[in-house]
Amino acid sequence: MLTAIIALASIALLFSLGLAIAARAFAVKVDPRIEAIEDALPGANCGGCGLPGCSELAKRIAEGKADVDACPAGGEFVAHEIAKVLGIEFTGGGITKVALVLCGGDDQVAAKRFYYNGIYDCASAALLFGGDKACSYGCLGLATCADVCPFGAIDMLPSGLAVVNPEKCTGCTKCVAACPKGIIKMVPIDKKVHILCSSHDKGGKVRKICKVGCIGCLRCVKEAPEGAITMEDNLAVVQYEVDLPEAVVETCPMDTIVVGGVGVEGVSGERKKAAGGEG
Amino acid sequence: MSRLLLIIISAVLVNNFVLMRFLGICPFLGVSRRLKTAAGMSGAVLFVMTMASVVTWLIYRYILTPFHLVYLQTVTFILVIASLVQLVELALQKLSPALYKALGIYLPLITTNCAVLGVSVLNIQKEYTLLETTIFGFGAALGFGLAMFLFAGLRERIDLCDTPLPFRGTAIALVTAGLLSLAFMGFTGMVKL
Repeated sequence: MLTAIIALASIALLFSLGLAIAARAFAVKVDPRIEAIEDALPGANCGGCGLPGCSELAKRIAEGKADVDACPAGGEFVAHEIAKVLGIEFTGGGITKVALVLCGGDDQVAAKRFYYNGIYDCASAALLFGGDKACSYGCLGLATCADVCPFGAIDMLPSGLAVVNPEKCTGCTKCVAACPKGIIKMVPIDKKVHILCSSHDKGGKVRKICKVGCIGCLRCVKEAPEGAITMEDNLAVVQYEVDLPEAVVETCPMDTIVVGGVGVEGVSGERKKAAGGEG
Repeated sequence: MSRLLLIIISAVLVNNFVLMRFLGICPFLGVSRRLKTAAGMSGAVLFVMTMASVVTWLIYRYILTPFHLVYLQTVTFILVIASLVQLVELALQKLSPALYKALGIYLPLITTNCAVLGVSVLNIQKEYTLLETTIFGFGAALGFGLAMFLFAGLRERIDLCDTPLPFRGTAIALVTAGLLSLAFMGFTGMVKL
C-alpha cells in the first residue's frame, strides 16, 4: 500500500515538475486589453458578430481586425466602452437592425391543415409536411426562435405567433438562423411600416387559408413611392432603403401592412382593429 | 527487422486503430472537417502516442513490475497520457496558435482518447520489447493519421456535393466512416502477429 502511494506520488511529482518547466518555456504573453474589452462586451456569446464568442471578438478588436462597434448586441454603449479601453474616439454609429417575424397569421386568422401533436418545436414540426399551418410560409408558433433568443426579446402570443420586441432585440440574428421557415428578417429599427407576410402563394390560395396574407394585389406597390415596395414572386416586399409613408397601410385590403407593428401591443392592436372592422 | 515492419503494417492497415479496432473515434469524427486540422490532430496524436508508449512501457517495466504494483497500470498510464497531452497543449499554444484554436476541445480530449490508452495497454498485453513498443506506438499513430487524412479528404468532397437534406452533417459523416471501415476489412488476415 505504502509503496503504491509513494510510487504514484513520485511519478506524479516528476510529471508535474516537467509540466511546470514546460509552462515556463512555452509561456504566452496575453494582451491585457483583450480582457478589458471582453469585460466591456455583453458576454452572452450570442455569435451576432459572426465569431464564435465574445472572447474571440475581444481578441479581434484588440488586434485591430474588428471595429469597436462590431458587437451588434452591445450597440453604441458597448462601442464607447471599448473605444475607451483602446484609447480612441468612437464617432457615430449606424442604424441598428432588429429582427422581425414576417408573418401576421396567428391561429385566429390563419387556417391549419392538421392537428400537430409532436415535439413542441418549430424545427420538428416543419419536418412533418412543413408544419401544421395551411400556409407553408407561415409562423408555426412553437417558440423555437423564442428559445434561442439569449435576450428574451421574442414573445409568443397565446394565439400562436412569435413577435419580436424591438426594445429588447439586440440584433444578434440567432432567431433568423433558428427559424425553420426562414421568415425572420433583420429590419432597420427606425422603419415602422412593415408587410407581415412571407407567402409566395398566389392570391386565391392565400385568401382561402389566411385572413391577413398578402394576395399580391399590387395596390400598395402602386400607391407607394417608386421602389419602396416591390413584388417578389406574388409577395409585396418593403424595400427599407426607400422611405415609405404610413398612409400606404390604408391601401391594403388584407391588413397585411402594419405600422409600428413590431411590438407585441402594436400587432395585437392592429389585429383588434381589423377584427372590429370586419364585424 | 521484418517483424518490426510487420508491426507497422499491422498497426497502420490491417488492425487500423480507428477503422478496425474502433478506438479514437471522437477526434476522428470531431476534427476531420478540414484536412489542415486533421493533419494537426494527427501530428499531436503521433507525438502523444509514441511518447506515451515508450514512457508507459518504461514505467510498467521498471516501476510497476518490480514493486508488484501492476494493478496501478490504468491510473498510471492515464497520468502519463494526461501529462503528455498537457505538454503538447502548452507547446501548441505557443508555437501554433491557429492550430491550437482549430483543434479546440479535441486537443485536451486526447487525454481520454482510448486509442492512446489502447496502444499503451496493448504493448503490455502483447509483451513487446521497448523497440517494438516504440514502433507499435508510432505505427498506430500513423494508422490514426491515415484514417484521419482519408476521412477528412472525403468529408471535404462531400461538403461540395449536393447531399440529400436528411443526410447532411453528422449522418453522412457516419455513413462514410462505415464505408471506409468496410474498405479496410479487405486487409483482414494479411498479417498475423
